[in-house]
Amino acid sequence: MTSAIAPGPATASSDGSRYPYRHLLGIEGLTRPDINFLLDRADGFVEQNRQVDKKASTLRGRTLINLFFENSTRTRTSFELAGKRLGGDVINMSVSTSSIKKGETLIDTAMTLNAMHPDALVVRHAESGAVQLLAEKVNCSVINAGDGSHEHPTQALLDALTIRRRKGHLEGLEVAICGDVSHSRVARSNIHLLSIMGARVRVVAPPTLLPSGIERMGVAVHHDMASGLAGCDIVMMLRLQTERMKGSYVPSIREYFRYYGLDEEKLQVAKPDALIMHPGPMNRGVEIDSLVADDISRSLIREQVEMGVAVRMAVLEALVTNQTEPWAKNQ
Amino acid sequence: MRPTLYKNARLLDPGTRLDAKGALLVRDGRIAEVGPAVFVDAIQEDVEVVDCGGRCLAPGLVDMRVQTREPGEEHMETLASLQHSAVAGGVTTVATLPNTNPIIDDVSLVEFVERLAQEVGLLNLHPYAAATKRLKGEEMTEIGMLAASGAVGFTDGTKAIADPVVMRRLLSYASMFGKPVIQHPEEPALAREGCATEGETATRLGLPGIPACAEVMMIERDLSLVRLTGGRYHAAHVSTAAAIEAIRRAKAEGLPVTCDTAPPYFALNELAVVGYRTFARLSPPLRAESDRRAVVAGLADGTIDAIASDHNPEDQDSKRVPFAQAVPGAVGLETLLPISLALVHEGAMQLLDLIERLTVGPARILGLEGGTLAAGAWADLVVFEPDRAVRIDAARFRSKSKNSPFDGKPAQGRVWRTVYRGRTVFDLDADDSRPRREHAHA
Repeated sequence: MTSAIAPGPATASSDGSRYPYRHLLGIEGLTRPDINFLLDRADGFVEQNRQVDKKASTLRGRTLINLFFENSTRTRTSFELAGKRLGGDVINMSVSTSSIKKGETLIDTAMTLNAMHPDALVVRHAESGAVQLLAEKVNCSVINAGDGSHEHPTQALLDALTIRRRKGHLEGLEVAICGDVSHSRVARSNIHLLSIMGARVRVVAPPTLLPSGIERMGVAVHHDMASGLAGCDIVMMLRLQTERMKGSYVPSIREYFRYYGLDEEKLQVAKPDALIMHPGPMNRGVEIDSLVADDISRSLIREQVEMGVAVRMAVLEALVTNQTEPWAKNQ
Repeated sequence: MRPTLYKNARLLDPGTRLDAKGALLVRDGRIAEVGPAVFVDAIQEDVEVVDCGGRCLAPGLVDMRVQTREPGEEHMETLASLQHSAVAGGVTTVATLPNTNPIIDDVSLVEFVERLAQEVGLLNLHPYAAATKRLKGEEMTEIGMLAASGAVGFTDGTKAIADPVVMRRLLSYASMFGKPVIQHPEEPALAREGCATEGETATRLGLPGIPACAEVMMIERDLSLVRLTGGRYHAAHVSTAAAIEAIRRAKAEGLPVTCDTAPPYFALNELAVVGYRTFARLSPPLRAESDRRAVVAGLADGTIDAIASDHNPEDQDSKRVPFAQAVPGAVGLETLLPISLALVHEGAMQLLDLIERLTVGPARILGLEGGTLAAGAWADLVVFEPDRAVRIDAARFRSKSKNSPFDGKPAQGRVWRTVYRGRTVFDLDADDSRPRREHAHA
């Protein structure tokens, strides 16, 4: 392990030599050097994770708590592995919504955990803004592992790393984000990140699944896959949640797949070397056809999972190292 | 009680369009003489003299939309703390919503609130009664008997009267008793899951939106029912350009329609919620800047008849939660005047017109006598300094709740004295209950 972050001058700056904040609450507000710094570090961890001995000692003696108010297997596991591979102690806490309803508030939970002196909290919550609220109440670093429909910054970072490793760069790429943009924190974080990095983003969805004013976030809006995918380099599919499939947002699964499900035919209009991504878990036959999802020449879906661990290691390392630095700002 | 002479005042009476230097004499709780022609030296009686030092003297403010939490949730606001908060804000008349626990939907409860309020006795308190039993929006309450016991209007409080059949009958029936039906104008199905105005801000924050048209949809529907029934209709806290335009047209048509707004809707826009500031979570939600400007224009041209505080006390537990879970609402009694005065300082309104929206405007809607400086009227007065620079400090509110979106904001205007039936119920100079920070750099 190399020592990642050299302490710099007293004023935090986004000069690419470090990540300047104590928390990672969202992509909005980060700069290109901040993002490049994290991606560069994550690149190194990809190699480390492919070794037989994967363990480092950067986080030795540090405690990481995975605090998930919403069910998740892959994100929680990914953070757990990331923490353990850096030598930290990782504890998983799943707080079911029912116990919250029994009276303990989010802030009570935060204060309780804070008293145990963790070094980092990884938080997922069903409400937008909940992770920021919690970050205001604790002393440790907080990583947003998804808050409502707001942001999921590590997902956007791992998507960026995956693309960068395949295409060599992000700038100038045409990226289509397809599906339930309205309820998607993954879409929002990716729109921010890709725009910051100079990619061009289109969103493709029926109007019922697009939030009002999305074009003001700098994206082109398409309602059909033929125009939305035309000439694009990357197709990012979003998960359509079951409860939204039946009648209220789209008429049926069958109709949704007909118009918005990614299959070989719809993919024809994209660039010949277009790559396909999905944050998982996939609904095969709803938003994506298995033939496309499993096409190893084009689908990056499994690679995204691998990059997830590396990116989360880079984030954890940056934040926990920053804690002792006077220049680290609250995001 | 000795008569009191308020001299050296800038008299503001929207009732008679009086704006002049002069004096006002109070005898037996009522205004005895008022005007520039009250010759102070000619008064022979033994009077107590209050030198207003050039400050503005206006009728006590009439706030037609206030929520109390007594009975039921006295830790957030009692009828006593509400009254102390009101008079500190220059308000001498309030109308209270029926959404307490129990809900005010029965004659005995109206009388209970009136009696409790009189025991405190700092101002005129007029309860609204529920328009429908238990605010369920289904069966009409005993409108006639409730009106006879003192209810000044009928409303389901913070809930829209959604069923058009119920609204139609309420408008028809309440008109017999000359009482307005007060609507929370929002189509509930469009608002059900939302907590911010639909648009770029809500989208960036990942918050479920309520389209701004939810307001005008309900108002247009109600206006059709007003045309059908001839009932008196009042739309509370209007906040969108489309709704104000609909009311402007209805008034031109001659319909018996009025509306009010609240300071957040002309002083703030949707950007106030950025950062998930739950104190700025209101119902209706804060709107786009173009809507805010339309509210200012509606106040200036008189389409909007009244400014109400929409005082809505909430405790920390209701607000220190993720944005979508926060209970909407803000306290407003103690910021009503300074925030509203910004309209005058910005040149959007004349001072006398602003005072009209805060006094006789709402009094007329509710059929109350107050809100003027006429000789013979109760001496309900406010003396204020319109230009005085202040910083809003929620910690110093007399309200038990501190949920204000204006906390920490600079403003101009301060209440110096509030008088209820000739008796001083708030006196800034005698108010040593709180730190006097602003006096330090006076």
